[in-house]
Amino acid sequence: MKNNLFTYTLRIADDSLILGQRLSELCGHGPILEEDIALTNIALDLIGQANSLYDYAATTEHDLFPKLKSADDLAFLRYEREYKNLLLVEQPNGDFAQTIVRNFLFDAFRVEFYTALLQSKDQQLAAIAEKSLKETKYHFRHSAEWVIRLGDGTEESHQRTQTALNHLWKYTSELFFEDEIDEALKAEGIAVSLSALKENWNNHVHSVIEQATLAIPSTDFVQLGGRTGRHTEHLGFILTEMQYMQRAYPGMEW
Amino acid sequence: MVTETDIWKLLETVMDPEVPVLSVVDLGVVRTVKVLPDAIEIAITPTYSGCPAMKTIEEDILLGLKTITDLPIHISTVLSPAWTTDWISEEGKRKLEAYGIAPPADEVDKSVLFAEAPVIRCPKCHSKDTRMVSLFGSTACKAHYQCNACLEPFDYFKCLR
Repeated sequence: MKNNLFTYTLRIADDSLILGQRLSELCGHGPILEEDIALTNIALDLIGQANSLYDYAATTEHDLFPKLKSADDLAFLRYEREYKNLLLVEQPNGDFAQTIVRNFLFDAFRVEFYTALLQSKDQQLAAIAEKSLKETKYHFRHSAEWVIRLGDGTEESHQRTQTALNHLWKYTSELFFEDEIDEALKAEGIAVSLSALKENWNNHVHSVIEQATLAIPSTDFVQLGGRTGRHTEHLGFILTEMQYMQRAYPGMEW
Repeated sequence: MVTETDIWKLLETVMDPEVPVLSVVDLGVVRTVKVLPDAIEIAITPTYSGCPAMKTIEEDILLGLKTITDLPIHISTVLSPAWTTDWISEEGKRKLEAYGIAPPADEVDKSVLFAEAPVIRCPKCHSKDTRMVSLFGSTACKAHYQCNACLEPFDYFKCLR
């Protein structure tokens, strides 16, 4: 199917862009100067990765958005339902514990995902993975160390981190969501087998959570939807702000 | 007729806008230079995916080359093999330290949690008794350190491999 590679690339790109946009909200609002700088540096890496992925998506064959030609078009001129990012990455920054736990759950996934994508038969996806993996390892180290510091910190930081973990846990099953697009591209050696990543992700997450003296939430409730364009209420607010200039002044350039 | 040697020589004068003591050649971001009969092709690679200096570097290369040739210049970006700090030249590492930025370390100390902690030498007093303040410094490619001996805070150009 000709739209498969396009949609697959778009999903990865949307994850990067939306989390990057979320983190950029903290520019000038970080809890301490070092974290303000760290989180916005991570935002920059993610938006850079999104740019490479959208650039590539724009060159693949598809008939989904015939009017959208460039990376910027894809980022600024799609509506909520047309975004395919994970629900996890659009969740609000909340308190610092929620920001860190959200990033940690995603970073642990991204390290495994990019490592597997290095083997993709699609050379451009493999090249983007090679570049992005080096950056993502730093992101994971940053968020994981903070989970431990907060979980094994004060009573207050422990309780807030556990609350964040309980709240966000329902969105983690979606990390491993696969549909017919994944199946078709896996058969071609292009897509990553997400189910095969789950064990490593679980091991990394459990090991950090344990060191942080936190508990894995016991809930079985799962919330899916992002990969097929059904989002939580938060995405609309992100897009409203992010797309404002292009909506108000169509075709505007810096 | 401009030669590849002329172009490399010129590129040694094109400086990184964030670290103005390093040329794009010292930094290792220029991958290939080709002089064709009717065009010049240059391939560059980004240090980090979101590095905002890349656009400026591209423009500066273009401006520099226009002073020595009239041929059309094509600059492309290649992602693989991905840039590593090993590509910074030895000369570049010396320039970094002299500028007050600790260059990427070779020695590692395996005492930390998720990654090997490098042994970083203070660029001011050269003591190895330093501590990391934050993994992320003034730009994506640097970490923030402080020297325990002379108390000077400094940037460390972090290792990317």
